[in-house]
Amino acid sequence: MSVLSLPSLRKGTFARGLHLPDRKELSADLPIEVLPAPPEVRIAMLQHLGAPCLPAVKPRTEVALGDVVGSAEAFVSAPVHASICGTTARDSVATLPNGRHVPVVPIRAAEEQPFAGRALFEEIFGGPWPLEAVEQLPPAEIARAARQAGLVGLGGAAFPAHVKLTRLEDKPIGLVVINGCECEPYLTADYRLMIEAPRPVIAGALLARHAVGADHVLVAVEDNKPEAVHALREAAEGTAVGIRVLATKYPQGGEKQLIRAVTGRRVPLGGLPLDVGVVVFNVGTTAALARAVLRNKPLTHRIVTVSGAAIRQPGNLLVPIGTSYGRLIEHCGGLADDAAAVAAGGPMMGFAIAIDDDSSHAMEVPITKGTSGITVLSQSDVDHAEETPCVRCGRCVQVCPMLLVPTRLALAARRNQLDDLRRYHVTACMECGCCAYACPARIPLVQLIRMGKVMMQKK
Amino acid sequence: MNLSESTTNDGAAAGGEGRARRSIRLAPSPHLADALFTTRRMMIEVLIGLAPALIMAIVVFRWYAVVQVALCTVTCVATESVAAWMRGRRSPVGDYSAAVTGIILGLSLPWSAPWYVAVIGSVVAIGLGKAVFGGLGWNIFNPAMVGRAFVMLSFAKELGASAYVLVDAQLPILTRATPLTIAKKFAADLSAGRVMAGELRVPPMHSAQDIWALLIGQVNGSLGETSALALALGGFYLCVRRVVSWEIPLGIFATAFVFVELSHWTQLTPFTPLQHLVSGSLVFGAFFIATDPVTSPLTPLGKFLFGVGIGVLVVVIRVFSGYPEGVMFAVLLMNATVPLLNRWTIPRPFGATNPEP
Repeated sequence: MSVLSLPSLRKGTFARGLHLPDRKELSADLPIEVLPAPPEVRIAMLQHLGAPCLPAVKPRTEVALGDVVGSAEAFVSAPVHASICGTTARDSVATLPNGRHVPVVPIRAAEEQPFAGRALFEEIFGGPWPLEAVEQLPPAEIARAARQAGLVGLGGAAFPAHVKLTRLEDKPIGLVVINGCECEPYLTADYRLMIEAPRPVIAGALLARHAVGADHVLVAVEDNKPEAVHALREAAEGTAVGIRVLATKYPQGGEKQLIRAVTGRRVPLGGLPLDVGVVVFNVGTTAALARAVLRNKPLTHRIVTVSGAAIRQPGNLLVPIGTSYGRLIEHCGGLADDAAAVAAGGPMMGFAIAIDDDSSHAMEVPITKGTSGITVLSQSDVDHAEETPCVRCGRCVQVCPMLLVPTRLALAARRNQLDDLRRYHVTACMECGCCAYACPARIPLVQLIRMGKVMMQKK
Repeated sequence: MNLSESTTNDGAAAGGEGRARRSIRLAPSPHLADALFTTRRMMIEVLIGLAPALIMAIVVFRWYAVVQVALCTVTCVATESVAAWMRGRRSPVGDYSAAVTGIILGLSLPWSAPWYVAVIGSVVAIGLGKAVFGGLGWNIFNPAMVGRAFVMLSFAKELGASAYVLVDAQLPILTRATPLTIAKKFAADLSAGRVMAGELRVPPMHSAQDIWALLIGQVNGSLGETSALALALGGFYLCVRRVVSWEIPLGIFATAFVFVELSHWTQLTPFTPLQHLVSGSLVFGAFFIATDPVTSPLTPLGKFLFGVGIGVLVVVIRVFSGYPEGVMFAVLLMNATVPLLNRWTIPRPFGATNPEP
């Protein structure tokens, strides 16, 4: 009905969604800083969607940067590697922010690390990226190298990348979209990567296209990142990689919304992007793909944005996987006195972390491959309003990018009405948080919908 | 259930000196909310939107308007508090929804309604229209209209067309019948052959048709309905502020226009569509009564269909029934269809239009 929800053809966008204050100014202009090697990292055995890894090294073994510490047998899985040189300790268990208890292999850092400071940045992102080598590689080799490098989606979902790089005869891919939207407020990790290291992104984009046999590849960026667009355009000069600018709106970075904005196609409900001939990769994943294929190096580091009004010194840090959250927070000056919430990821979809002390020693939770940021919100950011009754205003319906009726789903979840959950398509919800953000009654819509989904599964 | 907790850290245990107390909350995502837009804020915006109409009511009807609206508002708020107390709950009057109901009810009454009509109407509006359903968000029917309908039917003389007219009143406006009453009488006379169509141009029909008078409010009617301009101003404000859904007024006006045109063309009513749109409580109903979020549909299409239904019913009641004005009953009747409209207009989720993979 609402004609205002037709996607704009000029700049590319999708229906509904929200305009959020993006708060990126806190960290957008801070160049990527290399975190000094921590005294210990804890490599989680499950950092991806799929089957967990098994520890591949015994305790008290010396490991070098890039050695395999967790091996993966299943197809939908990926190995994990040591992110520092050091000695392994006895396996233990960590609780990740999403609530899962996973085994971890701790590594105590050696005195000397092979790279430090700027040299580490150059090692990972600098140097030559020979684009002409791409076409000569057998496509299957690209997927194999990605798997061997433990490459998973760095945008947050951490899906093993080699699965998406494997060609399927009955579902050809026509377009590869590299996701540079980073629609969550506060996060600027992908943004800084695009500005400071666009060439591995372009190389990885071409590799991805070659692997899946697509005709086209492009990098999609929201229009609140003009510098990134400029840097990418420069690096993509003379290559087949297109740069597409999209309207800034949350959640433009969601796969389905991205595909809709770029191609106009709708991914079928319950389906995957490959059902419409598209595959999507995050820019960080793409850069890591280039490193994995062209230099045979595994995924050991990632960029994490630590930002928010209540962190003393925000920054974009290049950190070894497995560094503790406390270490990053400490490096960034610690929490301000008015800190009210600490989220792993962004404020819309990130998991809240329990902090029982501001001291970093207490924060043992390790960074995983999917950790894109730590957002520290202040008391004034966080809304303390109490829940009031739903007045059926319909704001949640107006903003839901999946075109659902969140208030109805929440009510059905509260009352255990499985029929209504099914009728209103609860499984289509991607938990983006638009509904709860817009709700004037402050009803915890997303959490109720999550409970509804669990109810459906149990049935 | 309580989905969020906060843990307080006073830092002293960790050996920090004089570290401030910090309260970190642990709650599910999202951790941000649109701080400006709460239910209470919406109600305040509605009050702001009602302000022009209220001011015009006081300008035209003077002291009668003040007494009526104040009485209704106070009684509504009091009833809601008493109802909450009876259920052992905290009084919800701080969300201003009872006050809004009171003002709308007050503005929908004629200037001459006795005090007991206002009081009984308010008690019924909140008590039967809202509290028995479970309070805010649970009622099916618009509370102000429930109260209005109750007193309309119980005190027919005090609220009938003749109640608006006081022949020897000090305010000249109170000596004239309401425009819709005049139109209805004219239509009846025309079909009975007592008047000729040409008499549309002479008083009292002539003055009843004056668009400018209808817009400004220099006509008789219930307290809030007379100045269509003031109401439209407030209504547009609410649409722009996204407090009310524009689909509803659009549906109402568009449909009413079409059906009045039909009725006018067949000489069932002497008023043109434009005259019908700005007379009576159609503008009031379209922007302030029908748009009550609790009793209107959830989806944009549902809202539009809701408006269409109200538009049809208002015209049918105005033209064919014994009542000169039909907004109140039209809204109540369409309120009853809202669960059905919600069911019918469940949106297809994103991607459901494609065949399953």
